[in-house]
Amino acid sequence: MKSGFLAKNPSVLWFLLLLAVFTLGVTFLSHAYGPGAISTSMVKTLGKTLCLCLIAIAMDLVWGYTGILSLGHFAFFGLGGYMIGMWLMYERTRDIVLKSAGEFPMTPQEVNDAIGTQIFGVVGGSDLPAIWTFAGNLPMQLLFVVLVPGLLALIFGWLAFRSRVTGVYLSILTQAMTLALSLYLFQNESGLRGNNGLSGLQNIPGVSAGQDHLSIWFLWASALALGLGYIAASLIVSGKFGSVIRGIRDDEARVRFLGYSVEGYKLFVFTLTAVIAAIAGALYYPQAGIINPGEMAPIASIYLAVWVAIGGRGRLYGAVMGAAFVFIVSSWFTGGRVPDLPLGFYTIDWVDWWQVLLGLAFVLVTLFAPKGLSGLIDLFEGIRRPNRHGAPLGPDKGSFREEEAQE
Amino acid sequence: MRKFLIALGIVLALALPGLAQDAGDAPQAEATQSEATGLRAVLQDYAKQIAKPSRRTIGPVIEAVAGSGEGASRFLQAWSDKRVGLRESDGAFFIVKKSGSEYELSDPVTGKPAGTAPKSDIKEVKPNSGVRAEIGVALVRFLLSDPDPKKRREALTAIDRNGEASHLEPLRASIPDEPDPAIKAQKQRLERLLTIRFGKGAAERVAAIDSFGADLGLDFRATLNPLVATTRKLFEGAPEGNVAETLKPGRDIPEDEAYAMLVSANMAPARISASEMQQALAAHVENGQVGGLPLAAMADPVKREEAYATLAAAGEVPTRLTDAEAEKLVADHQFADIYAEPDPEVTTAAEAALTRVSRTVAGMQTVDLGLDALSLASIYFLAAIGLAITFGVMGVINMAHGEFITMGAYTGYVVQLFVPDYTLSILIALPLAFAITFGAGVAMERLVIRYLYKRPLETLLATFGISIALQQLFKNIFGTQARPLTSPPWLEGAWTLNDVVSISYIRIAIFVLALVFLALYLWVMRKTRLGLEVRAVTQNPSMAASMGINPDRINMLAFGFGSGIAGIAGVAIGLFAKVTSEMGQDYIVQSFMTVVVGGVGSIFGTLAGATLIGVLQKGIEWLNPSNTLAAQTYMILFIIIFIQFRPRGIIALKGRAAGD
Amino acid sequence: MNVAIKPGAGSQTLLEVSGISVSFDGFKAINNLSFNIGPTELRAVIGPNGAGKTTFMDIVTGKTRPDEGSVLWGESSTNLLRLNEAKIARIGIGRKFQKPTVFEDQTVTENLMMALKANRSPFAVLGWKAGDADRARVEEIAAQVGLADQLPRKSGELSHGQKQWLEIGMLLAQEPKLLLVDEPAAGMTLAEREQTTALLVDLARDHAVVVVEHDMEFVRRLNCKVTVLHEGSVLAEGSLDHVTADKRVIEVYLGR
Repeated sequence: MKSGFLAKNPSVLWFLLLLAVFTLGVTFLSHAYGPGAISTSMVKTLGKTLCLCLIAIAMDLVWGYTGILSLGHFAFFGLGGYMIGMWLMYERTRDIVLKSAGEFPMTPQEVNDAIGTQIFGVVGGSDLPAIWTFAGNLPMQLLFVVLVPGLLALIFGWLAFRSRVTGVYLSILTQAMTLALSLYLFQNESGLRGNNGLSGLQNIPGVSAGQDHLSIWFLWASALALGLGYIAASLIVSGKFGSVIRGIRDDEARVRFLGYSVEGYKLFVFTLTAVIAAIAGALYYPQAGIINPGEMAPIASIYLAVWVAIGGRGRLYGAVMGAAFVFIVSSWFTGGRVPDLPLGFYTIDWVDWWQVLLGLAFVLVTLFAPKGLSGLIDLFEGIRRPNRHGAPLGPDKGSFREEEAQE
Repeated sequence: MRKFLIALGIVLALALPGLAQDAGDAPQAEATQSEATGLRAVLQDYAKQIAKPSRRTIGPVIEAVAGSGEGASRFLQAWSDKRVGLRESDGAFFIVKKSGSEYELSDPVTGKPAGTAPKSDIKEVKPNSGVRAEIGVALVRFLLSDPDPKKRREALTAIDRNGEASHLEPLRASIPDEPDPAIKAQKQRLERLLTIRFGKGAAERVAAIDSFGADLGLDFRATLNPLVATTRKLFEGAPEGNVAETLKPGRDIPEDEAYAMLVSANMAPARISASEMQQALAAHVENGQVGGLPLAAMADPVKREEAYATLAAAGEVPTRLTDAEAEKLVADHQFADIYAEPDPEVTTAAEAALTRVSRTVAGMQTVDLGLDALSLASIYFLAAIGLAITFGVMGVINMAHGEFITMGAYTGYVVQLFVPDYTLSILIALPLAFAITFGAGVAMERLVIRYLYKRPLETLLATFGISIALQQLFKNIFGTQARPLTSPPWLEGAWTLNDVVSISYIRIAIFVLALVFLALYLWVMRKTRLGLEVRAVTQNPSMAASMGINPDRINMLAFGFGSGIAGIAGVAIGLFAKVTSEMGQDYIVQSFMTVVVGGVGSIFGTLAGATLIGVLQKGIEWLNPSNTLAAQTYMILFIIIFIQFRPRGIIALKGRAAGD
Repeated sequence: MNVAIKPGAGSQTLLEVSGISVSFDGFKAINNLSFNIGPTELRAVIGPNGAGKTTFMDIVTGKTRPDEGSVLWGESSTNLLRLNEAKIARIGIGRKFQKPTVFEDQTVTENLMMALKANRSPFAVLGWKAGDADRARVEEIAAQVGLADQLPRKSGELSHGQKQWLEIGMLLAQEPKLLLVDEPAAGMTLAEREQTTALLVDLARDHAVVVVEHDMEFVRRLNCKVTVLHEGSVLAEGSLDHVTADKRVIEVYLGR
């Protein structure tokens, strides 16, 4: 069966091959394992890019394949980051507290109080809130990385799909959820340091290796997660499950009349992708070093949609291409490494104008290249989609989205 | 130099008596004229008592002075201010003012200058504080019945600010003769307030308290509050005094606090805290051992106690009270809150009155909250009404709607740069903002949206692209800091109903503007050709086209109209919010929520949605006033749940028209 | 207006619709409609436009909730009004839409595989692999509807008639007890129509089949009991000859 799967999905092999080449290439050009042609900060950027590719795959699953334009997946990404960040920050603070204490041993209570003061001094608190109960317990926090966003997605999705909210309404609702979550985290009372967020996440407690090595290890972990995520996503979309969710995207009423519980499938995909997003976030933020609620603002999730749209939705490599392309180009532009463009009367500084360019590029892609960058691969392969000349798909106008049927 | 000064002194000494002599003649002449009448007579009669006043005997003197007519109040005032002098040469009283080495004199009756006198000639009259208090009472009476109403009001204000028991009698006495009804009412109110504080006997004071009912005045509450103020005291036996509440340690008062009271009353030794114990232990580490236990064991709090007990037994550290001992000490004492006011009847009445007042205040606050909510609702409505057209009627998701609001606000800002008159600039900015955002809307519709009418999700994304581009464009043009948009002076200030309820004029203006736009919307959509054609095109574009309506033109105009309204809303919002490139973002999600919650396609739904969201947000803020972020969070959660039960909003279009 | 309820041919009732009414914005699309069908029966439903034929199907399949009345199913008399569309489909009611609605972006095989009777829960589907039996069944159905050589094609590329056949094939793959077929012959050639007729008659041997059709010739060829709907109620019921002789039916069809 495995060979059959790969034969049917040649892109998986290509993708894994490229990913492996990329990872090895970066490894042997890094400071830690090679001549240092790629700086450690560049390695981190590349590692983060891989994580963003992973969440883009999640977004593609939920939007490109199932037709749910979720504007909330970055919230799950951030939550995953927070869950692992709690452990990183707690353990690191504990190390500092124990080191700074004299030879007189501290009681567990004293250690806890000292950690609380260290972490929450910045927001004027000193007690560890109840949600930090398991912060010192890595397996529990790792479980939370999956459980907390997963449960949130499950509950939210159940509420939203049950009442058959679809299309743009669902998008707005997910956006509202994201806004609510980020506003909640902005409060000091949320117990996650308000707008200060969690910081110092780049240091892994109990690991003495320097950032040069850590960054490479995280690159490997991110590449592994991306590879596994890609395989899992390909498996999901290639089988009958994929048939059903694409059916839901194109005509959910028809799928319902075939006896499939559309709500159940949507909930499944929504929750699963939330978990994938959370895992991506848990790998991303230790590389970024800091997380704050601003990262989870609704706009971040819309950017995610932008990446996937630019890459081309409805195909996994499209999502990956979009995320990698936009993120790398955007760090290039905003990093001030692009030469200014003198127009005579005005000089365009790309740090300021990059967003304008991105916004307009996005409009152009939506208007003229709905298939995105991956449409280029189609041109190469000569794949054609059925042209229905705008004829309707079925009787259920409410759920029909012409552009999605075309993919 | 020195010689010169001495010479000057001699010259002056020689000259002054002569001068004084000249000046002294006139009053004497006058005195003879008004012999035995008025103040002058009284002063002559009581000269001795006035010059050397004593509290016991001064009463009748003050009475006499006060009843003497012209100049009485001036004299009393000067007397109490220690500005009265006795000229020893003839025993006449003057109001004096020190000027260098001599006094300037003025006549006590007429207040006219009466020359000067050398220092040696005048003996200042210095009444003691008891006498001054008596004089003060007499003065108050004077002021309270002063013919000048302004003076009387000033006197009342002074008493209101700094009332004393002695004011009560003169105040009461002045009420019956008060000619001005407003001042009379003020006097009566003040009299009752003073009675509450200084009245004789509980019955009188309680009656005064009850006479106010649930009065909202701050002065009433300010009078009551000291009466119910309590101090926390500790007693060895039963609590004494006017007990507000006996406190049970552990329930009404934390054990620690109770114990701390014992410590500060020197009735118990201070406790040794955990950190003090830790320091004491750390100071007694010997050979890796503390109190006979290994250092490593000190991570265990129980072991720490043991080690400390060992050290204490050896006398190396002070003995530490155990928790049980401390508890027993606390339990052996009584703790209570004691009213400063000794009379229990008065405190009971005061508490009851405060409860009444706070109930009324709560009612008024609800009204105030309602007004706040209404004004917030009108802001949301203004922000959302443009969306009600583009999203509600046309079904176009315009994520750049927020940027149109920002565009309107920046238009207002730019207009104010050129037109310094704020009233005029707002009048110019409103139509200009409409024109600019109308143009932007039309351009966007022509260039982007018309290609995406059948692809709502892609419209969302494309307009989002425009939104981020515009936002950055604003940042590049106007910078990141907030720009001022100043409201005209007649919109400043607030309309105040009473001490609790008030609303700023600008909010009233926004409310009115919201109503105007509701009317405008209804008029355009229901009474004009454009509205008819818009409705036709949105319901069935091909049928509308076949009847000669140009759908392209209608879509363009409708979209422009919705965008234009967003621009005007931007000017209005900019008047009270900060104008930044990101201000639109603050309203966009709420605006969509307003439209969705209200029910897409119905302007009254949008109105209901805005009202619901406004009331809800204010209500949640009221429950947790310190935290507006939490209010927004809970509001959004509520909306998500609300949509579960009414997915089509408050006012749902029914049947096939809703796209079932 | 109402004709007395007659039990289905087998004297047992598979589907019992009684006294349902539904209105949209005050317009009564279905007015106190009652309708029964037995487990192995072929029934044609005819009526002019707006008679409520499609709405009737919508109610049975759970798409529209009636304002009043009841819809009972099977021997255990399950109340269909309490179930959602997916559950109704799973207990054995299959529907073919008026316009062919197939998943155009997917191959004929994928369309049929999706419709194939199997566990519909997400977890089961996720782990589902097409076995030999499944593939054989798909090929068998494809052959039955004349699409055997079209299996790997995207269904969006099929002709209108082929899409109709594919949808009938999907209906068969579901293995329902009751088939609701909305205008199956639309857009078909004469030969295809005959084929369709034969198929439906054949199916009715062990299924209940309700056919909604405009085309009288097609209905005549089905040679079955006919129910005439008008303004949301049953106007007449019986053989085609019987109902076409009915004065009210003539009036409705030909106008006054």
